[in-house]
Amino acid sequence: MQQPVLACLLVGLLGALLGLPWLNIAPNRLLSGQGVPLHTVLAGTFWWLLAPLAVLTVAVWLPARRALHAVCAAAAAVLLVGLLAGAGAAAARQAGALPALARVSLGAGCWLALLLAWAAYADALARVAAGRWAQAGAHLLLLLTLAGLLAGGALDSLSLLKEYANRQAVFQAALWRHAQIVGAALAPALLIGLPLGAAAARRPRLARPLFALLNLIQTLPSIALFGLLIGPLAWLGQVWPGSGVQGIGLLPAAIALTLYALLPVVHGMTSGLQQVPTAVIEAATGMGMGSRQRFWQVALPLALPVLLSGLRLTGVQLVGLAVVAALIGAGGLGAIIFQGLLSSALDLVLLGVLPVVALGLAVDAGFNLLALTLAKALVPRAP
Amino acid sequence: MIELREVHKHFGPVRAVDGVSLRIAPGSLTALIGASGSGKSTLLRLINRLVEYDSGQILLDGRDIRDGPPEALRRRIGYVIQSIGLFPHWTVARNIGAVPLLLGWPARQIARRVDELLTLLGLDPAAYRGRYPHQLSGGQQQRVGVARALAARPAVLLMDEPFGALDPLTRQSLQQALAQLQQSLGSTIVLVTHDIDEALRLGGRLVLLDQGRIVQAGTPAQLLTEPVSARVTDFLGRATLGQRLLGLRRVAEILRCGELADGVPLQPEQSLQDALAAFLARRVQRLPVADAQGRPLGAIHFIDLLQDPR
Repeated sequence: MQQPVLACLLVGLLGALLGLPWLNIAPNRLLSGQGVPLHTVLAGTFWWLLAPLAVLTVAVWLPARRALHAVCAAAAAVLLVGLLAGAGAAAARQAGALPALARVSLGAGCWLALLLAWAAYADALARVAAGRWAQAGAHLLLLLTLAGLLAGGALDSLSLLKEYANRQAVFQAALWRHAQIVGAALAPALLIGLPLGAAAARRPRLARPLFALLNLIQTLPSIALFGLLIGPLAWLGQVWPGSGVQGIGLLPAAIALTLYALLPVVHGMTSGLQQVPTAVIEAATGMGMGSRQRFWQVALPLALPVLLSGLRLTGVQLVGLAVVAALIGAGGLGAIIFQGLLSSALDLVLLGVLPVVALGLAVDAGFNLLALTLAKALVPRAP
Repeated sequence: MIELREVHKHFGPVRAVDGVSLRIAPGSLTALIGASGSGKSTLLRLINRLVEYDSGQILLDGRDIRDGPPEALRRRIGYVIQSIGLFPHWTVARNIGAVPLLLGWPARQIARRVDELLTLLGLDPAAYRGRYPHQLSGGQQQRVGVARALAARPAVLLMDEPFGALDPLTRQSLQQALAQLQQSLGSTIVLVTHDIDEALRLGGRLVLLDQGRIVQAGTPAQLLTEPVSARVTDFLGRATLGQRLLGLRRVAEILRCGELADGVPLQPEQSLQDALAAFLARRVQRLPVADAQGRPLGAIHFIDLLQDPR
């Protein structure tokens, strides 16, 4: 055996496909359904999915070569798209034979298989050892294909998309609101956090109490922090009626999330500046740079990689935390999730969760690309 | 010219610089030597105001260094440190051109100056100006560090153990380069080192510091032959004192012209320390001397090493 990682993924993939239900069929959107195994669903049209599986199985025994990894990546991509398209088509076929209220959703086996196929794709891509840009491009290509599948209506019979169809307007408003909450927290966190971080890097005496405070905020459960803010903000709204300040809604959510975001932002800035070699700073001072020139021309560019990874963390964290903001009436995707949870409609929960995951990944990828671009521009590596 | 008048600097209870008065002549090379904690680095950093003194006065070309902002002063003074501190995100050219850029030189003039300095320090401009610091060896990095310090034609060059982190061979070649630079540019150099051989090799004037005070200042020969106290002798190395004295003298001094001897010839500008090593290694009484082109000049005798310097 030459490809142990691929072998593990493949074993998991086959186990998921054969051992776990492929689709779930439920009489309506609230009841949990019955699992349907893969082979009863595939029925004729999608047997070709075995081809990429066969390719991957053979690849496990072949010696590592770039070409082999490229073939594996292609096979994994075909498998991934095929699995999803097959599930969509199978759902459409089942739906025709079922009562109108019945729902067909992806089963555990399908979810797991999709995940493992993506892992195989990413692993093979990394082994092809093309540049990081090429890798990012390949991931984007797969995403676009999946988006095309979604837009083309191939998955419309799945329960998740039926939920979406029922609440299209609500969903779009929630998605937009979610982005607003994240933005409304990130902007002030950056405005306050970056100067604070720069100051803390210079003055250890400020840094210690500052980080103690920020750590304390971080340990407060988010729900508690939202609750704590309701009182003072409601009072502020009363004494200052024209201001629109309220104890619930976007404002307290933005304030609470800003407070959470401060720690990683400040920390990223401080540790970024602190890892700049002292010799470089001494040289800059010794040659007659003023403190501003030193900061903008030398310290900040060299702190940027660490700072950006801190900001990436902040962004991803905020996307997740913004879900809880729905509890104090700020809306966002959290509203859909909680509605689903309260009515125990699992697909509605998924309709809220999946975009949150996607948003988080998008923020992560965005910051990664930014870091990559800046790293090239600022701290070039040997060619 | 740099003049220090009764300069004091305390760090809490520690007297880092304790009443130092010193005149440094223009175009001279002064080596501040002393053990760790003797205050030599602090003294150096007082001159470009990286450390501000508590009392006393420092004059640069007759002007108090506290007239005007420290940045303006530092742009007139080159500064080289042991850890080099090149900006890793800038090319060699941009590193060297940093101070001229701060001073607002036009871009074309900076580019010309960068090439000039690279050539001066033995680096091919075409090959090196576009490189980044991490693509250079330690010795090349410090050459760039020196070039950067010299970029805006400073009247004074301060060097804080500039070659301390380099291997012996690289260190020697940089010391030679520095000695040549100093002769051709005529800049005033103040150099901190704890390497007594480096101080002796670079020549110039030695200032031996101990606990923030000047113990003795003078030429290498003065410190070796007329030490004011046992501390000076201790620091210069009691056991190797004789060899170090020979290190200050040249083969040419004891050359007997016209005589012949067998073996690989020495050159007249080599030190008598080298000659001693050659005598011992070859177990001979006489050694031939030839010029750089290999033409025989004469011979030196082992017994002449024992003579008092003429």
